[in-house]
Amino acid sequence: MVRIVGCDVGGTFTDLILLDEESNSARIAKVPTTVANQSEGVLAALDKAQADIRAIDGIVHGTTATTNALLERKLAKTGLITTAGFRDILELGRRTRPSAYGLTGAFAPLIPRELRLEVPERLDVDGAVVTPLDEEAVRAAAERLRDLGCESLLIHFLHAYRDPAHERRAKEIALSVWPNQYVTAGHEILSEFREYERGVTAAVNASVQPILERYLARLLDGLRGRGYRRDLLVMQGNGGTVSSEAICRMAVNTVMSGPASGVMAAARTGAAAGRPSLITFDMGGTSCDVGLIKDGTPQVSNELEIEYAMPVHVPMVDVHTIGAGGGSIARIDAGGMLRVGPESAGATPGPICYGRGGTQPTITDANLALGRLNPGRLLAVEGAPDIEAIRARIGEVIGAPLGLTWEDAAAAILRIADDRMAGAVRMVSLSRGHDPRDFSLFAFGGAGPLHAGAIARELGIPTLLVPARPGITNALGCAVADLRHDFVNTVNRPLDSVDMDLVRRTLTDQVAEGKARLAQDGAGTGEVRTLHTADMQFIGQSHLLSVPVPSPDVTREELQAAFETVYWDRFEVALPQIKANLVNLNTAVIGPRPDLDLGLLLDAPSPRGDETRPVWFAETGWTETPIVPRASLPPGSVLDGPAIVEQLDTTIVLSPGMRAEADAIGNLIVHVGTGEGA
Amino acid sequence: MTTALDPVTLGVIQNGLQQVCNEMDLAFCRAAFSPVIAEAMDRSDGIYAAEDGALIAQGDLGLPVFVGTMQYGTQAVIERVADPQPDDVIICNDPYLGGTHLMDVRFYRPFFYDGELFCWLANTGHWPDTGGMVPGGFSARATEVEQEGLRIPPVKLFKRGELEPEILAIIQSNIRIADQRIGDIKAQAAALKIGDKRLAALLDRYGKDTVAQAIKELRERAARLMRATIAEVPDGTYYGEAFVDSDGVVDAPLKIAMTITVDGDEMTFDMAGSSPPCRGPMNSVIATTRSSIYLAIKHVFPNVPLNAGTYEPLKIVDPKGTFLYAEYPRPVSGCAAEVSQRIAEAVFAALTKAIPDRLFAAPAGSSGNFALGGYDPDKGRSYVMYVISGGGYGGHPRGDGLTNGCSTIGISKSQPIEVLEQYYPVLFERYALAEGSGGAGEHRGGFGINYRVRVRRGEARASMVMDHGRTGPQGVLGGGDGGANQVRFEFADGRVHVPAHLSKEQDITVLPGDVIDVRTPGGGGYGDPAKRAAERIEDDRAKGYYGESGPDAPFGRRD
Repeated sequence: MVRIVGCDVGGTFTDLILLDEESNSARIAKVPTTVANQSEGVLAALDKAQADIRAIDGIVHGTTATTNALLERKLAKTGLITTAGFRDILELGRRTRPSAYGLTGAFAPLIPRELRLEVPERLDVDGAVVTPLDEEAVRAAAERLRDLGCESLLIHFLHAYRDPAHERRAKEIALSVWPNQYVTAGHEILSEFREYERGVTAAVNASVQPILERYLARLLDGLRGRGYRRDLLVMQGNGGTVSSEAICRMAVNTVMSGPASGVMAAARTGAAAGRPSLITFDMGGTSCDVGLIKDGTPQVSNELEIEYAMPVHVPMVDVHTIGAGGGSIARIDAGGMLRVGPESAGATPGPICYGRGGTQPTITDANLALGRLNPGRLLAVEGAPDIEAIRARIGEVIGAPLGLTWEDAAAAILRIADDRMAGAVRMVSLSRGHDPRDFSLFAFGGAGPLHAGAIARELGIPTLLVPARPGITNALGCAVADLRHDFVNTVNRPLDSVDMDLVRRTLTDQVAEGKARLAQDGAGTGEVRTLHTADMQFIGQSHLLSVPVPSPDVTREELQAAFETVYWDRFEVALPQIKANLVNLNTAVIGPRPDLDLGLLLDAPSPRGDETRPVWFAETGWTETPIVPRASLPPGSVLDGPAIVEQLDTTIVLSPGMRAEADAIGNLIVHVGTGEGA
Repeated sequence: MTTALDPVTLGVIQNGLQQVCNEMDLAFCRAAFSPVIAEAMDRSDGIYAAEDGALIAQGDLGLPVFVGTMQYGTQAVIERVADPQPDDVIICNDPYLGGTHLMDVRFYRPFFYDGELFCWLANTGHWPDTGGMVPGGFSARATEVEQEGLRIPPVKLFKRGELEPEILAIIQSNIRIADQRIGDIKAQAAALKIGDKRLAALLDRYGKDTVAQAIKELRERAARLMRATIAEVPDGTYYGEAFVDSDGVVDAPLKIAMTITVDGDEMTFDMAGSSPPCRGPMNSVIATTRSSIYLAIKHVFPNVPLNAGTYEPLKIVDPKGTFLYAEYPRPVSGCAAEVSQRIAEAVFAALTKAIPDRLFAAPAGSSGNFALGGYDPDKGRSYVMYVISGGGYGGHPRGDGLTNGCSTIGISKSQPIEVLEQYYPVLFERYALAEGSGGAGEHRGGFGINYRVRVRRGEARASMVMDHGRTGPQGVLGGGDGGANQVRFEFADGRVHVPAHLSKEQDITVLPGDVIDVRTPGGGGYGDPAKRAAERIEDDRAKGYYGESGPDAPFGRRD
């Protein structure tokens, strides 16, 4: 019997869920995010949920503190000590430009040039010393950066992935003249070749470390002040959690943890619902995130780029984001084409319906105009919006130039938006060798279930899964996610000359290290799971494919065969003439946390009522449509479209021809059909 | 106009066509072996009209210089291949048949639907080698195309899905590092096959006639959008020019004279007055010349779509009798990488006079091709290392130029030092920002780079095709020019060598301990340097961007 709190701080709202197996209940709170100090919002959410904080067994926290600091460049003042001749690596990047066309882009490095100092030292590619480390220069550089007021220090040397001796020694020297808990040596974060990517990943770590540490300390203070005595766990971008003491050393791991927690909640919910393969579709106010879970395992990538020229090469749940959300603006371009997004009306002025001065029609306005959203129940709005004014505006701005009525114009906005989002789903599935028809679409976020049906029909995805609480999925992800540590080691040798003993040793060492760290986290239960993968390529290629590795005892032949299979599935190309290269060996060590009963999320049943309103559907035009409270659909109930299912945090559109069934843990399983003959 | 399709269907089909191209891009790039394709993204995928090869859609990640060439290449294939069959793939790299240089190898796949030819799918990929007198194909001294490599006319490399072993054998017997090419060939053909599948699904979904009508209408709308954009440019005649350092053989600059006439919603580009055809490899084939103008316009107006309609209001007078209209057997290896960027620079210079608030000072505008070929005695193998480099972009009305941006015609990533040192017997002594190279201005140019690479083992030969060695990229509206490209050989025995043509050189022998030092151009400055805000100058000083001597002199400060 456990009581677990999951709490996710998003851009707009801080969501909290308390799962209590003792009293067999779940409590939920949604409060505005407190931007300046996120911990106030977290404490407010605990208050609002009326949680007895002393009786809670664990709090798992997803924070955007590091992601926001990074994207807004509100970073700790960080100095760099690096190899002589190479201090500009972080500024030069891989020589690209922000967009293919237009020559006026800008880029600001994470560490400015005046704080990047060089010291004589150089290893070659085999780790041999070309220039010995100049220890006096390291001492002087550390003192200089300390005196310049740096809070954090990064030490990043060429080829340190091959032999970290110089980085280690430099760190010792720096600490001797500048005792400082915020010193990052590049190889500690990532033992992978490519100096820009490793350097940026480590620079991200160094420059968010103090921010994360201060934030978590404040939060923990607040919690302790209220009598909380247990561990605080923190969500990572890899979809696993880790103790708040351990996370600061690897602060970079918290970047992009928000989308990861949503995917983890989907994985857990899908497994419980007997649907282990899912495409996750999270649509909010400004963007939508699409991820993929195959047989219960979320796809993880080591090579994501957070924004232009900011590669963060630690394992992260692979989520594809596009700029389409409720606030995305519809407009007509000079060629007379209708465009929707990526520009967003944001929170201010917001969509027209917010009544804060917005005049440009958005996706939310189109949903409202067509009766799909309930004008009396918009979360972000005080008072009811003027529907007729919104319809007139859509008619004027979009309808008139296209020669369409306002209804057709609003429908066109939704159609174009759905099509763009379907494109994003296609990119994470079809274009990576997965057939979307083998998956269910897991729809969440405030706007996900409004659009998921149309997207599923477009791509031939047979079913939707709408969880019990779509608006707090990220918080649920925190509550249910396992502990997780990831490891990457570079081998980079032709497979036929790799020492398979080394493979076995590397993978077993990774497992041992992971288990040791899990023991330090101290909050796991149950049997530790390990996942091994290898990053491979044909010799001569530069891109990598992730290949599943069954166990540390894998044979050369098994690896070769597994690589060929993955390659064929992705490209339909076989190249028997060319040898395979084993680049990285990866291990994820996962400590399961208590398996919570998701049935706790069910609301107390409520009566259905007989409310209806006119709603516009592509299939049938305006249709008098039943409005069904989500709580009136207990397990086992069936509902045929057309229908609108409403709940506090989202609205589900069931088009004509769709059929929804409520399963035992409160999910709606929607069979979308083809939409033809409805 | 025919009966208009509803705007939603039109938008959805446009998006669908674009996605077919993007998926081809992704598959080609991820499966390729050539680092020039996989990392430098030197490739492009698109859909072209069945009747005349006109551009229907092109991938978002395609190399800009191919935006205009591929339709001419497709047209040449349509004229020469009599009986295209389903699952055929035609190969061609002839520069004079709608191409660039020999290294850009094009694949064309006829797309059949309901048994009829509906359109063509095509892609271009830069192969690391196609034979010729220097590894990599960038000879600075070739005087006829035969010296530059194997020239393949349009022939079927795959017949109904089967690879033709005889054609393959001819190709493999004539190029270097032939064993890996089979990987690129398969990747390039597989990308087109993926495109075929996705496009068929799009036609299944919306119907052949509807998609055909949408393609026609998208073209009309693109033309309308381009015309509306041109209409905002004041009518008039505007002149700009740019200079290629030399052709590599004769040490004299080559001039591009660009006269742009804006008349209502059309723009005419006349290059009369440009230098005559040259002996060395800096001639440009007409497809590349046109494409350079198109990509320059797209840089100035990034929001215009990419299809044949966009080009309709852009009238280009064929520059016959100049080096921008190369005919067989003029050598052309420098056209895609260098001359194209000078043509774009001339377009920018001319348009700065019409719409200064939308323009920018000249970018570095060189691909900085540097090739080192030799034998590594420790590994017992020959190698060819390519380094391509960025430079500074020009200042612009809203800010300073980008430092180390990629070439005007590329979207490529440079290779990590840690990767280069792994494959080749070299040691980089420096890879840094070229201090002082940003042209002074109210908004200064971005900085080029300065690298020093030392040979560690074995004998090697160094060649380079770069540009802007004679003068730096142009500043505008009173801004100073960016720093020029510089190359120095510092031999272990103390000799120093600067190439006679400054930016172009071939076959310099280098031995262990010898160092090659390269500084790439910085961007031009925008506006009067005296107007630069004092705090920006102080920031430049703090960051050491103008070296020990600081920014005072270039920005005209006297104290």
